[in-house]
This record gives sequence, structure tokens and C-alpha cells, in this order.
Amino acid sequence: MCGIAGICNILSNELITEQKLSAMISMLYHRGPDGKGFYIGQNIGLGHARLSIIDLDTGSQPIHNEDKTVWVTFNGEIFNYIELRDELKKKGHDFYTSTDTEVIVHLYEEYGDDFVTYLNGQFAIGLWDTKRSKLILVRDRVGIVPLFYKQENGSLLFASEIKAILAVAKESPKLDPCSLDELMTFWAPVSPNTMFQDVYEVSPGQMLVLKNGQINKRRYWDWEFPLTNDEYNLENIDSLAEGLHELLVDATKIRLRSDVPVGAYLSGGLDSSVLTSLIHHYGNTPLRTFSIGFENQKLDESLYQKEMIDYLNADHSRITCSDSDIADNFEKTIWHTEMPVLRTAPVPMSMLSGLVHSQNYKVVLTGEGADEVLGGYDIFKEAKIRQFWARNPQSKFRPLLLKRLYPYLDLSKGQAYLQNFFGTAIQSPELLWFSHLPRWETTARCKDFFSDEMKAKLNKNDAISRIAQTFPSSMSKWHTFNRSQYIEAKSLMGGYLLSSQGDRALMSNSVEGRFPFLDHRVIEFANRIHPKHKMKVLNEKFLLKKAESQYVPENIINRYKQPYRAPDIPSFFGNNTSPEYVNALLSKSKISEYGYFEPDRVDRLVRKIKRGMAIGYKDNMSLVGILSTQIWHHTFIENNYENFGK
Amino acid sequence: MSIEETIREYILENFLFTDDQSLLSSEDSFMEKGIIDSTGILEVIFFLEEKFNVKVDDDEMIPENLDSVKNLVAFVGSKA
Repeated sequence: MCGIAGICNILSNELITEQKLSAMISMLYHRGPDGKGFYIGQNIGLGHARLSIIDLDTGSQPIHNEDKTVWVTFNGEIFNYIELRDELKKKGHDFYTSTDTEVIVHLYEEYGDDFVTYLNGQFAIGLWDTKRSKLILVRDRVGIVPLFYKQENGSLLFASEIKAILAVAKESPKLDPCSLDELMTFWAPVSPNTMFQDVYEVSPGQMLVLKNGQINKRRYWDWEFPLTNDEYNLENIDSLAEGLHELLVDATKIRLRSDVPVGAYLSGGLDSSVLTSLIHHYGNTPLRTFSIGFENQKLDESLYQKEMIDYLNADHSRITCSDSDIADNFEKTIWHTEMPVLRTAPVPMSMLSGLVHSQNYKVVLTGEGADEVLGGYDIFKEAKIRQFWARNPQSKFRPLLLKRLYPYLDLSKGQAYLQNFFGTAIQSPELLWFSHLPRWETTARCKDFFSDEMKAKLNKNDAISRIAQTFPSSMSKWHTFNRSQYIEAKSLMGGYLLSSQGDRALMSNSVEGRFPFLDHRVIEFANRIHPKHKMKVLNEKFLLKKAESQYVPENIINRYKQPYRAPDIPSFFGNNTSPEYVNALLSKSKISEYGYFEPDRVDRLVRKIKRGMAIGYKDNMSLVGILSTQIWHHTFIENNYENFGK
Repeated sequence: MSIEETIREYILENFLFTDDQSLLSSEDSFMEKGIIDSTGILEVIFFLEEKFNVKVDDDEMIPENLDSVKNLVAFVGSKA
């Protein structure tokens, strides 16, 4: 991956200088340490920070077409570039590099704005058409690669990360209260919102076109599901499994295309095990794997990792994360995420990319996306049981099925409370977001700590109403399982897993992640598979297991799914001591000064933690959310990030 | 301090993070008002066992015993 940035004058005549572009690009050094390049034309400036992966010698950007009338700054990978290049050459296009980037300008010449539909990849693109004075900003289908923009004084600023926009923006950054409200409900602001007022992201699958002083937005791709049973793929399950396997093999193979060595993450779960096995069996590169373990044995999956390493005879490197590692790296992590977090999980993921970098690898394949695409999450099981329960809300038997879930939780205790939690909205199973309501309501408990000032700034319509406005009108006709998949993909995956825990954690160490399960062909194929094949009774990712059973040991296929988690509160309050920044930012005076939270309540939470009495989810999420919001403010609003940029 | 005052102060301090007595009535359902969740109830049980030296059996972990200040007071009283 790389970092991109640019300035486009819409109504302004302000001079665009290399110095200004350089100020933006320098904030993205971690995304592209191998070189930088600029293009400045009339009313346009494009910048690029390069991480060299394909065509190491001649691939400097921005890149242009034959007569230099189309220019592009590009972050990401076009995995089908070899096939596209061959087709474009046959149509008479001349290439001056061997890059995947160059296919973009020629595709645009050939197909206009529809060029994006030909791309199989992960990308953020800024394309300038000099003849038409037209800028296109476009992002990949699912949101793997970030792209942000801000309009200011008749200009549009865009960049891979918001910090590059802040570097040249005239307005001081401010927190968007609605975004914090959304983050403390869904784990991330609802796209296109960001934590920063008046800064937006180009949404996954969206294209922005700037021309004649107007910005037009259109969605060129979205997750779509059958409206009726007849629209599902009606082939038998063996054919479906074979089809899925073939697609996964190809999605993996094209993601191994690179001029530098490619590694893979191995967590010990089903998805990364399938992926590493496919690389082993179908790739032409030696299998090099990386994993993270935890000192806290409850969170550690080393035994399963070892089983796969032995099975595949992989060359493996591992790093262990301690509680103090979390606290030591948390501030810098928030500089990378650019948004608060409710769990500390991005920190170990950043350590893992650091391990990859230290071994001189720039690219890793990961299993992210399999749970959303193929039906792996517990929230899908929960929803299925709750739907079954909702058919007879008075039943004493039906909620007992909840005991089948979460064997790592002690369900023998407090069962009435668990039933109360999962019974949320049990009288309203028709709600489009029925599956996610228990999680959202639990997460929203963090907002009990909001100050009166903060509450007063929030819109009258709540976060759930706002996210509901982004759902497609056809959603009410989808199978309930597909609705859950859509919400999961668009909220937690797009907003958090691919961002704070994905791109940002990877790019913090100049490492590019590639995601075969998120190949759009895999998603489109999977979306037409009936939910009964994805989750057979309560057996998650059933079709994936069937498709890949001969490539993964039985123990891995049958193991209980363990969510990836990292230590939270103990990281910051272990041994009755806390790092200086934790004490300072959680002090009553700083909480009061920043104004987002109620100082007295936060103080009581901290005292409860110090007494060792905080064991619940609410306390954990609240502490991490409050602390990271305070760090976010200290870093971005008070402009304290000299120590983090290289 | 009476049992009710002790329990009320504990709930206010540890779950509502306030000393504002008006935010919690004796009859308020912890579940309905979102004050305590399934892991929070384990905290309450630890508190009862330590503070009042009572033992809470699994089959006693029901809202009738634990879901309001009033219910907790009655439950502790029944264990005396």
C-alpha cells in the first residue's frame, strides 16, 4: 500500500504548491517510506508516498496516460492487472511502466467513470482528467483502503489519512459529537462520518466526481442479497462447495502477485488456517507465517497455531504481547487509528505488523472477512436463536438454546440476566437491526459517562436512527441472516476491523494486508448462497468447512470459534500503577477541560478499577473508550503528535 | 449504616458512578433500567458475599432476589 493526498480547487484560485502537497505527504511516511512524487497542474495537485511492491524500478507515482492528459495517484493493489493490461494493450494502449497503477489511466480512457467496475482489488484512487478538469475519488468495494476528504474555502483536500488533511487545513480540527455517539454504539462512526467535524470518508464502493464546481457521489457497488428464495443459487451443496473452493484458490493466487515476498497471518482459527493451507497448496511462494500470542493464557491460541505450523511445515515467527505492551503502545495506536477505540485489540495487531516489518516482509495475506461473508460470527447464531425464541416469547425452553453459545462464558450464573440481555427486542423480530440490538445497547452504556454538555450537542435522532437511514430500501425483503451480514459488514467490519484493527495497524509498520475472502467475486458468490448452507443449525461457516475440509486438520475445523481479544483494563492499571499519560488524561481536571465526559463519574470508575472491582464489559469498554477519546483529543485537537510521525 | 443504605450506596457508586440518591429508587429494576448486566450481577454477588457474609447459590441468582435494592435487602434479610 501507499499514501495518497491531493488538493483540487473547486471555486478557489489559490496556488497549489509542492510544499503544501509535501506537508500532506510527509504525514503519511509510515504508509509509503520508499519514495514520494507529485503532480501539479491547473487547479490540481496530486501527491504520493510509495511503498514499493510491484515494479520497484519504474513505478513512481503519480502516473499518467500516453499524452499526459490523465493522471492518477493510487494507494492499493489491482490484483487482476495482468489480465487488464493484456486487454488494454490489445486495444492499442501503450504502457511505460509494469505497474498495476498504470492500468487505471488506460482503463479510464477506455471506459470513463465505469473503469472502476473492471478492477479486482483494494484501492483508493485520485484521478485527474486534464481535458475535462475533472477529479475522481474512488474507493474499493468493501473499504479495505482508506480515503478521506474535506471541503474548505473553495478547495477540496483529500488523503489516505486525516492527519495529512489536518496538516494543511486552515480550520482547527473539532470533534463531531454525533460521531462519538455513533462510535460508542457501533464501534465506529457511520460512514461517511469521521471523528472530525467536516471531514468525511469516501464510503466503501463509492465514487466522488468533482467537475464544474459540483461534487457528485454515486455508489458503484454494494452488498446485495436475494429478494426471494428463487434468487439463491440452487445448485446442490457439493457444487456450491466446489465453486467456493475454486474462487478462494483464485482469490488467493492473484493476491500472491508481487515483486516482493508475501507472508500470511496465522491466528490458529479456521479462516487463517484455510488461507495458509491454500497458499501452501496452490501458491508458488514458500509459506512464511506470522502470529501473535498473549501472556494471558485465556486469550492465547498458540496451541492451534502450532498445530497448523506443524501441518504445513511453515517458516513461522511469533511475538508475545504482554499487558504492559498495550499500555506502552496505546497512545501511538490512537495516532494511527484517528478515532477512539472500545477495545485495545488494535495494539497487538500493530505489534504483529511490526514483527512482519522486522523480518523484511511488506505484504501479508489475512483471513479477515470470512466471518462476514460466510457466516461465522456468534452474533449470527445469537440472532438465529433469538428469532426462534421470538416466535414464542413466553417459551421457557427456547432461550435455553443460548447455553449452546459462548462456552467460554459462565452461563450457569446469572442466567436470567443473560436472557434479559439476549431478549432485547424479542417482541419485535421484524426490526431490520434485530440481530445487532443487544450488542448496540450494551456498547451504548459507555455513553452513560457523557457530560451534560456533550449530551446537549447530540442530534435529537439517535445513533440507531442515523445508521438505519444508510440501509438500502430492499433490505426488508432480505432473509434475516443476510440483514445481519450486511449490518456487520457495513458497520463493524468497514468501520473498525478493516480500519483501526486492519489498515491502520498494518500501515503503522508499512505492511500491506491482502484479504482473499473479501475478493468481490467471493462475496457476490457467497451472497447468493442460502443462509442454511452458511450456518447449518448452529454450525458456523458450514460451507467453508465443507469446501476446505481436506486442506485443514480436523481439530481446526471442529474447534470452537474463539474471538480475537486483547487485555483491556489490566493493561492500564496492573500492579496498582498506571502510566503517567493515563493518570494525566483521566484526571478530573483533564476530563473537565476536554468536556466530553462527566468528571465525577469517570473518577468513580477509575476508583472502582483501582479497587479491583471492575469486571464487566461496560466498565472495560467505558474505560478504554474514555481513555482513547482523551488521547484522541490530546493528540489531534491539541496538536501533540510530533513524537509519532517519522 | 443500614443494609439498605449500604446496598444503595454500593449500586450508586459502582454502577451509576454517582452519589445522587435521586437516580435510584428502591423499586427500580436493575435490568429494565440497564443498570446491571449479566457480568455486573456477578459483581453484586461478590459484594453481597463479602459485605454480608452470605453465600449465594446458583439457583438463587434470579431477579426476584437480585434485581432491585428492595429485592436485595429482602434477600440479605432472608439469609440472616
